[in-house]
Amino acid sequence: MISTQDITGLLPVVILGGGILLTLLLIAISRRHVLTFVSTLLILTASLIAVFVNWPAQSHAIDELFVVDAFGYYYLALILLATFVVAIFGYLSLRDFYPEKRKEEFYPLLMLAALGSAMLVFSTHFITFFVSLEIMSISLYSLIAYYRERPKAIEAGLKYLILAALAASFLLLGMALVYAATGTMAFHDLATITPAINGTSQLMLLAGFALMIVGIGFELAAVPFHMWTPDIYEGASSPISAFIATVAKGSIVALLLRFFIMADLYRFGNIVWVFTIMSVLSMLIGNILALFQNNVKRMLAYSSIAHFGYLMVAIIAGQEMGPPAATFYLTIYVITILAAFGLITLVSKSQEEAIDIEDYQGLFWKRPILAIAFTVSLLSLAGIPLTAGFTGKFFVLTAGVGQAQWLLVIALVLGSTIGLYYYLRLIVVMMHQEKDVVPVAHPVKKDDAKTSSILAGGLAIMLLTIFVIWLGTYPSWLLDLISGFH
Amino acid sequence: MILVWIIILLMGTGLLAWLASRWNTFLPRLISLAGTITYFGITLWLWHGHDPGVGNQEWIISYTAKWIPTFGIQFKLAMDGLSLLMLLLTSFLGVICVLVSWKEINSRVGFFHFNLLFELAGITGVFLSLDLFLFYFSWELMLVPMYFLISIWGHEDRIYAGKKFFLFTQASGLLMLLSILGLYFVHGQNTGVYTFDYEQLVGTTMAPQIGFILMLGFVVAFCVKLSTVPLHSWLPDAHTQAPTAGSVILAGLLLKTGAYGLIRFALPLFPEASHRLAPLAVLLGVVSILYGAKLAFAQTDFKRLVAYISVSHMGFILLGVYSFNEMAMQGVVMQMIVHAISTGALFIIAGAVYDRIHTRDLHQMGGLWRQVPRMGTMGLVFVMASMGLPGLGNFIAEILILIGSYQGDFKVLTVIATVILITATAYALRIMQKVFYGKEHKVWKIPDFDVREMIVMLSLTGVIIWLGWYPASVFRVSQTPVQKVIEKVRIPKPDQEEEMESVDRADIFNIANPVDVKYVTIKKVDQVQKINLIQTE
Repeated sequence: MISTQDITGLLPVVILGGGILLTLLLIAISRRHVLTFVSTLLILTASLIAVFVNWPAQSHAIDELFVVDAFGYYYLALILLATFVVAIFGYLSLRDFYPEKRKEEFYPLLMLAALGSAMLVFSTHFITFFVSLEIMSISLYSLIAYYRERPKAIEAGLKYLILAALAASFLLLGMALVYAATGTMAFHDLATITPAINGTSQLMLLAGFALMIVGIGFELAAVPFHMWTPDIYEGASSPISAFIATVAKGSIVALLLRFFIMADLYRFGNIVWVFTIMSVLSMLIGNILALFQNNVKRMLAYSSIAHFGYLMVAIIAGQEMGPPAATFYLTIYVITILAAFGLITLVSKSQEEAIDIEDYQGLFWKRPILAIAFTVSLLSLAGIPLTAGFTGKFFVLTAGVGQAQWLLVIALVLGSTIGLYYYLRLIVVMMHQEKDVVPVAHPVKKDDAKTSSILAGGLAIMLLTIFVIWLGTYPSWLLDLISGFH
Repeated sequence: MILVWIIILLMGTGLLAWLASRWNTFLPRLISLAGTITYFGITLWLWHGHDPGVGNQEWIISYTAKWIPTFGIQFKLAMDGLSLLMLLLTSFLGVICVLVSWKEINSRVGFFHFNLLFELAGITGVFLSLDLFLFYFSWELMLVPMYFLISIWGHEDRIYAGKKFFLFTQASGLLMLLSILGLYFVHGQNTGVYTFDYEQLVGTTMAPQIGFILMLGFVVAFCVKLSTVPLHSWLPDAHTQAPTAGSVILAGLLLKTGAYGLIRFALPLFPEASHRLAPLAVLLGVVSILYGAKLAFAQTDFKRLVAYISVSHMGFILLGVYSFNEMAMQGVVMQMIVHAISTGALFIIAGAVYDRIHTRDLHQMGGLWRQVPRMGTMGLVFVMASMGLPGLGNFIAEILILIGSYQGDFKVLTVIATVILITATAYALRIMQKVFYGKEHKVWKIPDFDVREMIVMLSLTGVIIWLGWYPASVFRVSQTPVQKVIEKVRIPKPDQEEEMESVDRADIFNIANPVDVKYVTIKKVDQVQKINLIQTE
């Protein structure tokens, strides 16, 4: 039975869920873009306030389905904040690139996807895991294909639909096999039951886990399950790409950490080995493929494959250092990539997103502030000191070296050296002088609608950039916070 | 605290200069000049106020603050004689760089000075850090501004050169990071204290195999910066393509961070492993000396030629450092300083020539003396310095390194290295011949050095002559740190230690005249040889 304590424990999620219904009602009453947008922001803020007010001192399990703890709350806060930023850029994107069309449904879908990922981070059971994942994926299908007049958007949406459904079926079959072998679907029971299993059941168990890895690997876009990423990043609008890179993948990381620790998967040499290979391949192949991209969004897509490879190093390292390092890295990645995709939205001229690398030529001299912010986030992705990416990579490396995971650590070093190359390329392009245009000191574009949007988006970007530098120079507080609940 | 203020000063000046560029292009130059002169003043004051020959404590000034306590990371800066000399060099070249860029840089002046000052801040951080995390942090921090300096204000191939520079240094830097982490865990597992504090990490005991591998990470990073031969290929491109101030900083300061790293970190942290590496390191040093000289002779590009001279001169540093004796090590410190001055000056001359005739091709030059006698005279001074003419600082450095390392285990290699005295003459005279003397291939109508440029060149000339005649002013400052390093790297042999201490070596370096140095050294040669047999055994 669900008690009041359970409800209050999940209060932020409940607020979010209720808020979605309210927003739908609101849309039914009055179709106004700004109104829906504002109500979305209000709901997200309310949910965030609930997170901070309700911050759990100790973990509280809701049957076997959920566990409410500080770890989950931290990830929930991250999800809500990221969704908040995505909503702002989504607003700008919809207004500038999708005028005269129905815009309002974007927001309930966005919140629904956030709801799915929010439930995911509390899940401790196959059922909740699967249901949350599906809530998230189904909302994402429509969000990816939201700009439905564009051929690429439709293509991306369909691709994601088919591949995600395939991955989900792998996951489901895997879960079924694990259940058949062990008789349980709760993570923590798996830790106690699995050691006693041998013979054919063990084979079944391993097959089950293997199939689940396929599903999870797909969601994380780890090589070799990464094919969908660049197409979807390219086809979806920048805010949605950012949402996939941060919220969707981040919640999977949280779940994976929980699964690994609660079910104690570190005992299975094979599983750790498979993840090691996936991580190494992601770091190397992700970075190498990113080298050849002329499309900034595809480049960021491949780079995100590599970054989740880095993250997996920390997850695989485990022990007391790995999980905090993974959470820390994810936080930093979320902040940085939100800034990067936000900047793509801001740089874009009307009608067309700035996705070609040439759109960025000379940005340094045309719109210096945006270019500096973009440079900071690219340097952070490359892991250069003074930016948060450096501290993140440092802690991941520390976790890896601490567990003597030399293969992973060396792949990480190799990968990030390759990675530098394409981040630098983009920075250099921004510094290039445009050949025929004489640079002007101030941007000349001055239509009023645009100015306000630049202001709102610019503020978000500024905040994110400040965070990137703050965490790059003084990460101590966040580290202490994160270490507190692992 | 003064050390922190120096870094804040540089970063603050950089930001200010950038902001000031909104109004005009003169203000950023003025602000940067004021900032670097203040920095130079502070270091002069530190030098004057804390003559390290006196005290026996290891650090003249230090500053420690908490940074990331969870991982045992501190914000720890400290200065000893070696760092002091490097800071003096950094601030002096900082002023020079602002001055030489006065007319050369005309686009995006504010951002240029921002990068210049952040670069200086990063370098200063490297020379002061005593926490390995902070050290790595500053080490990487040096990269980005230099990358911008090369790829925005550089010459025609700047993008390629900038990228190559960045990738080489970044890749090797990451290897060093792995080694730092390895050391951190080895120390932590031994003692239970997880820390990046240099002073605690010195003396960590570890299995020889592990020690060697960890040391390699450091050494590779430092050798890339030093441009030791197999790892040198980024240097000619970066030096050639960078704007003048960038070349001066690259040659004068960035290369020195590698040498400084070897002396400060690689040797004291891994004494046994360093001894095992010594044969290879000395061999590579000698190869760099000769190969660099040979390639320098073959160049037709003025700046490229000077860049290969750097490769050659930096070979001396490896040779000297891995001889493990005080004389060679003092020579290394001297080499770091005089190379910065002499090569820096040559880059400034090359830059000045390029500014006037828009080519760096030696075949286009020739007979310039008639047009620009002042420039020619200055060129002559520094070409002579580069080939090691007695009376100029480079002579002291090279002769000390050669004599010092001859007393070590690698006599044959040292003798081979001595060939440089001939090859250096060849490439050095070639510069004079091709640029200032010889046939005029084209008649150029160009202005000579103006007052600003003469101030720059004369101050450099003053320093190089002063170092040539009164090297003791440097040796006195560096003596304590150098002895400390030699002490740390010595493999203890208890029965012979007594004898070691009884030999008085202190006065070898307190000599004003270079001729005397040689003389006294020869007089003491059997004595010193004995020391070295003990030291390197």
